Amino acid sequence: MKAGDLGELALRNLREAVLRNSLTTLGVAVGVASLVAMLSLGVGLQELATRRLSNSGLFDTVIVTARRNMQGMRRPAANPVPAKPERALDDDARSEFARLPNVVEVYPQIRFPTEVRYNGNPYSTIVAGVPDSARGNGSYDGIQGSFFSGPNADEAILQIEFAKDLSEQTAGLIGKDLVVRYAEREALPSQTAAGGAGGNTGDAGAGGFSIVPHEKKLRIVGIVETEPAAGFGGFGSGRLLIPLEVASALRVAQVNDLRDAVRVTNGKPAYASLTVRAKNPSQVEAIETAIKNMGFGTFSLLDATRNLRLFFTIFDLLLAIFGSLALAVATLGIINTLVMAILERRREIGILKALGAADRDVKQLFFVEAGVMGLFGGMLGVAFGWFIGRALTWGTNIYLHRQNLPSAHVFSVPWWLVLGAIVFAVGVSLAAGLYPATRAARLNPVEALRYE
Amino acid sequence: MTTGNGVVVRAERVSRQYEMGAAVIRAVDEVTLEIRAGEFVALLGSSGSGKSTLLNLMAGLDRPTGGAIFANDRNLSELSSLELARYRSRTVGMVFQSFNLLPRMTLQENVELPLRLAEVDRGERGARVQEALERVRLEKRLTHRPSELSGGEQQRAALARALVNRPTLLFADEPTGNLDSATGESIMLLLKEIQQKLGMTIVMVTHERPLAERFANRIVALADGKLLTDGVKS
Repeated sequence: MKAGDLGELALRNLREAVLRNSLTTLGVAVGVASLVAMLSLGVGLQELATRRLSNSGLFDTVIVTARRNMQGMRRPAANPVPAKPERALDDDARSEFARLPNVVEVYPQIRFPTEVRYNGNPYSTIVAGVPDSARGNGSYDGIQGSFFSGPNADEAILQIEFAKDLSEQTAGLIGKDLVVRYAEREALPSQTAAGGAGGNTGDAGAGGFSIVPHEKKLRIVGIVETEPAAGFGGFGSGRLLIPLEVASALRVAQVNDLRDAVRVTNGKPAYASLTVRAKNPSQVEAIETAIKNMGFGTFSLLDATRNLRLFFTIFDLLLAIFGSLALAVATLGIINTLVMAILERRREIGILKALGAADRDVKQLFFVEAGVMGLFGGMLGVAFGWFIGRALTWGTNIYLHRQNLPSAHVFSVPWWLVLGAIVFAVGVSLAAGLYPATRAARLNPVEALRYE
Repeated sequence: MTTGNGVVVRAERVSRQYEMGAAVIRAVDEVTLEIRAGEFVALLGSSGSGKSTLLNLMAGLDRPTGGAIFANDRNLSELSSLELARYRSRTVGMVFQSFNLLPRMTLQENVELPLRLAEVDRGERGARVQEALERVRLEKRLTHRPSELSGGEQQRAALARALVNRPTLLFADEPTGNLDSATGESIMLLLKEIQQKLGMTIVMVTHERPLAERFANRIVALADGKLLTDGVKS
């Protein structure tokens, strides 16, 4: 029988027992809805976590440090390997990193403990430099107030806990001024290096430097819940955030300065560490390898992202299994419906065979009926699943708002899930129709015609 | 479509037995029979004589447990189920005692059904359905469902359905069994007319000897699955 005729006859048969077939289709729809809702929740949570982590700067960055020759500090090895010459983490190296493929930016990590004066009172805290690129990456979406007006603005963003230390009415802090006291590193006049590396290293080479206390007045422009770009190379979260270029210009003495003062370098200033940011986390591994091959030490949370992916794969799998349970029940419903249809339509099958229907035609007819129920059930189920997801997101956001937390999309229905769910529903339905269809095809026409 | 000497169907020592527990029932017991082209053969016998079973075997609805049935020079029992379905679709037309129209389909759809199964082009189907219904004088009842027709009309519709694929063999199993005598006679007249106009071969099962003697030109009598007599009317 031609496909068109097969489809017409199947639809006609489905219309004949419209209530039973609708209920069976609804069963499939509930199963698919459960599957779609579960998987969409998994996908949504994964996207949410990935987005949040990506915005945090943890997963698309590589922290680069100079590789130190520490052999002299350890017990001598049995077969000592000759130490490779150390490379300085200077402006040349920074330029090399910036030229690597898929590198978005390279900037020094500036983070220092200091004292802040507000309303005449001193507060100890940690200041961190924030690159201007953080403005557009979504890290500061939930900020009270605003991001820095420019890369050189004398402005500060407070972390909420620090803001609470300064004032109980944190919102009132925006627009107020505070003073940062810090120790500036000044190169000794006779040994000033020619290079203008800037950064937090000061202008001194290896010759020597002096420490001079300074103050800087900053205007508070924003307050954030957490430090979004805390990274992991600063060994502690910054609670007072200032533009990176401003932080760099302060030339604050860093912990590595004493060590670098006695080291023999090429006379150029060196960075304690540099942050290399990739276009996306998948490119971190290649960048990290390239930098290691240049002779530097690196650190990234690549393994953590791998583990995150593994976790969500298992999470999605478990959700899919639970979601599929309802579909398994629906499968039994399809089998039941079609077996009942065989009993009811036994005589009809006999007539069809007497008129020339082959076993194949009868089998295909039942298959198409099962497939159509699966198709409609799948489409309806995706719609149901989508509504369940919307309801979940809505309910979640009401709860989040009550907790003074920003909205979150905990649910996502990607196209692959829509298509996959429908194809899966049709596939499961066809599998469910296999036994009834085979049984119908094998009916003896003479016996079927005798059936009343 | 003959197998030689104008024979369209040949049964050779054909048997069909059923096992019911320990008992073996020989519904057809080594019957040998030849049906020639253009004949109107009546298989006559009482209930349980094996006439319907023999008809089903010749129509390719059932397979013999012994012997052979030849049609189109091919042994039906050796055909695959697909080939047997094609034989039923393209060579054979069947009419049943209880009409066996599909109740949810209109007359047009019922008559069109064999054309769908034979994969006849859609464009051709309308004319074929019309032609078949005109032949049984039901062309004005296209959109009616079987429940809206009388018994005689339903049997005529079943006849149209049997003829729509232009078969060479028509098998009728007690076609008047569910009809009153007047309506039954009209159906028999129609069958005779079709046989004469189209030159079809008709094999009809009946238990009514007067009907067989009046319309068939050959009567084959069966009892207990065996062939009793085979006589051609002069």
